[in-house]
Amino acid sequence: MIRVVLPAHLRTLANVDSEVTIRVGSEVTQRSVLDALESDYPMLRGTIRDHVTHERRPFVRFFACEQDWSHESPDAPLPDAVATGAEPFLVVGAMAGG
Amino acid sequence: MSGVRVLVGTRKGAFVLTSDGRRERWDVSGPHFGGWEIYHLKGSVADPNRLYASQSSGWFGQIIQRSNDGGKTWESAGNKFVYDGVPGTHQWYDGTPHPWEFKRVWHLEPSLTDPDRVYAGVEDAALFHTTDGGQNWQELPGLRGHGSGSHWAPGAGGLCLHTIIVDPRDPARIFIAISAAGTFRTDDGGKTWRPINRGLRSEGIPEPTAEVGHCVHHVAMHPSRPDVLFMQKHWDVMRTDDAGESWREVSGNLPSDFGFTIDVHAHEPETIYVVPIKSDSEHYPPDGKLRVYRSRSGGDEWEALTKGLPQRDCYVNVLRDAMAVDSLDSCGVYFGTTGGQVYASADAGDNWTPIVRDLPAVVSVEVQTLR
Repeated sequence: MIRVVLPAHLRTLANVDSEVTIRVGSEVTQRSVLDALESDYPMLRGTIRDHVTHERRPFVRFFACEQDWSHESPDAPLPDAVATGAEPFLVVGAMAGG
Repeated sequence: MSGVRVLVGTRKGAFVLTSDGRRERWDVSGPHFGGWEIYHLKGSVADPNRLYASQSSGWFGQIIQRSNDGGKTWESAGNKFVYDGVPGTHQWYDGTPHPWEFKRVWHLEPSLTDPDRVYAGVEDAALFHTTDGGQNWQELPGLRGHGSGSHWAPGAGGLCLHTIIVDPRDPARIFIAISAAGTFRTDDGGKTWRPINRGLRSEGIPEPTAEVGHCVHHVAMHPSRPDVLFMQKHWDVMRTDDAGESWREVSGNLPSDFGFTIDVHAHEPETIYVVPIKSDSEHYPPDGKLRVYRSRSGGDEWEALTKGLPQRDCYVNVLRDAMAVDSLDSCGVYFGTTGGQVYASADAGDNWTPIVRDLPAVVSVEVQTLR
C-alpha cells in the first residue's frame, strides 16, 4: 500500500482526517500514484494536476524521502521506501501568502 | 412562515445567514469551505433547498459544491471546465494573443425551472452549463466563438464572465456580461450571440463607442420587464428599454458614476440601487461615506440612503455581485463589503443594520425568500 499525505484543504475536500493509503497496481510513479488517488477520491480530480494535461498545478509540490520530486518526470519510479509504504508520498501546497 | 436566507461568498469561505420575515434576528452559519475563495453561491428558484457554490483557490483550482438541504450539508460536484475544441487566443494586457485559460467560476445561475440545470460564467470568459446538477459541464462555445472573441481583453480583475440573466419570459434568451468585452445576448439558447453595447461610451478604450471592449461591471433586470436592463459600467450607470438594442446613461445626480453593483427593487421595476465608488483607482466610497443610492424613476434622479450606514471614515468597496433583494412584502435589500460587513434593510433601503460586521472580504451576496 502507498501512503499519501494530503494538504489540509484537500483532506477536508476528500473527507479524510489523516494520510490515505492507496493500492497501485503498476510501477509506483507520480502518475500511477495520482491516478490511483483520484480513482479512490474523485473529488480530488483537477485539484492537484490539470484535468486534461495532467500537469501539476503550479502551487502544488510533491515530496518524498525528503526530496522534491515536483520537477521529475511523472513516469519516473518513486523511491522504494514509498513503494513499500515505509515513507509517504507528500502532496504539498506551496508556501505562499493569501 | 416566511423567511429569508442570505448566501454570502467571501475571500475565505461561505456564510449562510437566515432570519424570519421580520429580518431582525439572524442565525449565522459558516464558514463553509473555510480558507477557500467563494466567488458566488446561489439557490435554485425551482428547488430552494438546492444551492450551488463556486469554491476556488490559487493552489487547488476550482471546486463546485452542491447542497440539497439549504446549505446545511454540501457535496462536491463536477469541476471539469474544459473549453470546447481548440481554445485559441484572446488579447492579453500588452495586446499580444494569449491562450484561453480556465481560472475560476465567477457566477452560477440556476435555471428558473429545473434545479439540475445551471449556467456558469467563468474566467477566462466563457459560458458553461450543466444539465445534471453539476456533475458535468459543457461550454456553450458560440459566445467565445463570436467573431470578436480574439479581441477581448481582461479588465484589472481578469477576463471574467460575471453576469448571467435568463429571460423569465423566454429561457432561450440569455444576457451575459464580460469585463472587459461588454454585454452579449443570445436568442437561441446560447448557440449564437451578438454584442449589445450600442450607446455605451468608454473613454478608456481606443474607440469609445466600439461594439465590444467595454468594462461592464454588472447588469440587473426586474423579472416583470425582461426588456429593461440596468447596468453599472466601469464609469456610468446605463439603462436599456429594448433588451440591449440601445442604452442611455442614467447616472444623473450620483456623486460618482463609478461602481460595481446594481440591483432592482423586487416589486417596483423602476426602483433601482447602486453604491457609488469614488474612482477606478480609489475603490472606496466618496468622502468616506457609505451610501446606497436609490432611484425611483429608473435612473437620472437619485437619493442617498444613509440611515444606519457609516458616514465617516469608511473606505470599503462593494463588489459587483454583492447586492441582492428579497421579495417579501416590504422589499429587503442586502449588500456586503470588502470590509466584511453585510448590511440589510427590511424597508427597501430607508434604514440599514449590519447582520454581521467582521466576515472576510465579501465577494457576493444572494438572497432566497422562503415561504
